[in-house]
Amino acid sequence: MRVALPKPLEIHDLTVAYQQKPVLYGIDLEVEPGSLVGIIGPNGAGKSTLIKAIMGIMKSVDGYVKVFGDSSRKALTRVGYVPQRESVDWDFPVTAMDVVLMGRFGHIGWFKRISKRDRSFASECLEQMNMLPYANRQIGNLSGGQQQRVFLARALAQQSDLYLMDEPFEGVDAITEKAIVDLLKNLRNQGKTLMVVHHDLSTAKDYFDHLALLNLRLVAYGKTEDVFTHDLLQKTYGGKLTVLSEVGSRKLNEKQPTPEAL
Amino acid sequence: MLDFAEALLDPWSTREQVIWNLQIVFMGMMVSLSCGLVGCFVVVRRMALLGDAVSHGILPGIVTAYLITDSLSIGPVWIGACLAGLGCGASIEWLRTKTPLREDAAMGLTFTSFFALGIVLLSLEAGATHLDPACFLYGEIGLTPLSPKLELWGLPSGNQALWNMGVVCLTTMISVIVFYRFLLVTSFDCSLARSLGMPVIWIQYGLMLLLALVVVASFESVGVILVLAMMILPPVSSAFLFHRLPSILMCCLPLSIFYSVAGLQLAYSMNFPISASMALAGIVIFLPCCLLGPNGGVLTNSKKLKTRKSSRDLSAN
Repeated sequence: MRVALPKPLEIHDLTVAYQQKPVLYGIDLEVEPGSLVGIIGPNGAGKSTLIKAIMGIMKSVDGYVKVFGDSSRKALTRVGYVPQRESVDWDFPVTAMDVVLMGRFGHIGWFKRISKRDRSFASECLEQMNMLPYANRQIGNLSGGQQQRVFLARALAQQSDLYLMDEPFEGVDAITEKAIVDLLKNLRNQGKTLMVVHHDLSTAKDYFDHLALLNLRLVAYGKTEDVFTHDLLQKTYGGKLTVLSEVGSRKLNEKQPTPEAL
Repeated sequence: MLDFAEALLDPWSTREQVIWNLQIVFMGMMVSLSCGLVGCFVVVRRMALLGDAVSHGILPGIVTAYLITDSLSIGPVWIGACLAGLGCGASIEWLRTKTPLREDAAMGLTFTSFFALGIVLLSLEAGATHLDPACFLYGEIGLTPLSPKLELWGLPSGNQALWNMGVVCLTTMISVIVFYRFLLVTSFDCSLARSLGMPVIWIQYGLMLLLALVVVASFESVGVILVLAMMILPPVSSAFLFHRLPSILMCCLPLSIFYSVAGLQLAYSMNFPISASMALAGIVIFLPCCLLGPNGGVLTNSKKLKTRKSSRDLSAN
């Protein structure tokens, strides 16, 4: 008899409040292994809060989160987290290499020396993100895109099974954006599960195979082609239809440059 | 009388004076090394002002422990200090959650009232005994050599104050080395610490306990106020020279030697209080670091700082 493997992420009736005001309400979500999930929704919809609640950084008032069938703190050792760029202290005295090595600590153990193998694995992760030449730079002396790539290299070094990423595309250049998309798809193809907070609707459809539409409640969750519909998006973004038309006009502008721009 | 004046002019002339001074220098070095090591983590965690607040807030605990045990031995005083620290934490939490006060106001209110309470307790006692409130506030490192002498196997082996500080200094160094990765990861990225299965809260409490221990051990020498200077100066100075935490921690050793030697010399030549002179020596070395340091010094790479600041503004928008 084959026992069903626990799902990477199971959320039941999760409610999170901030200063007595609910910011997430009754979230139910089950994510299958090997999904690349985009979490989208308007500003203040609780996208980052959802990730933080999964990580236990924000306490939930109600409901539970199970990671690989386990709701204890120990389960988080299988999770790799890429924080929002602005939440990182970029003046902290660490180099890119140090940051990536931190991702290896779970494998190295707390008191053992860092072995040559761990060091070369960390270098490989940096190399994969094209960041090896910057390994010895203090992280504050990198550009926005480079900083993001360092944190993705760290996520790689963690060799997690579930990845939670908070706006990895925020403020990065086009080359980095491409590199991140490739990385996400690569990890998914290795059977990893990824949850990515994203707020650019124009690319959401191309980047993710599943979408979670969020606005305090979970409006919809499913395969991108089923969920990325006008009706559901309108429901998610509420009266803010301008957001949608803005995206539409931006897309138009991209395709047809105005004479002034030429 | 003439001897005394001469001694003041040349404090290193006789063997006794050299021994006397070396004890002070050694004490100052151990104080600023322990404070600096803890201070590095306090500073990178952006808790510099919390360190200040804590050193003020634990005063009533120190004084109460002294009143009960009638001695300044580290054990009871540390326990008293930690209890007062817990009291501060509970009071801040209560004010923050149960009243409309915000965190900063709650902290300001709590620590100043605890400090005031400490001073009142201190003055109550000071009338009856030899205890000098100024000693609590400013410390008197110059009296280190007067501490009771110890003998090991019949041989003279330093004095009580030096041994106490030595144990604390060693404890600090060992804790920082053993728990380095815990301290590093929880300081840099709490969420990573969680996903690595670290007991984030306990590490935070552990650092606070260590901070309290160092403050308690140091206040007799440099006082509860200047102890903060000893905590903040080494990390902020060396951060201009190095861009990795291990180097910054390592740099605390030469800095603390400089602080105590230069501070003592300054105190003798200008007739300043020794502990304040040590802090001044720290500021004297901070300035060139801040101006010329290769890692963000004002004159060496102001341009880079500007681009970094502006890119940060951009990303914030």
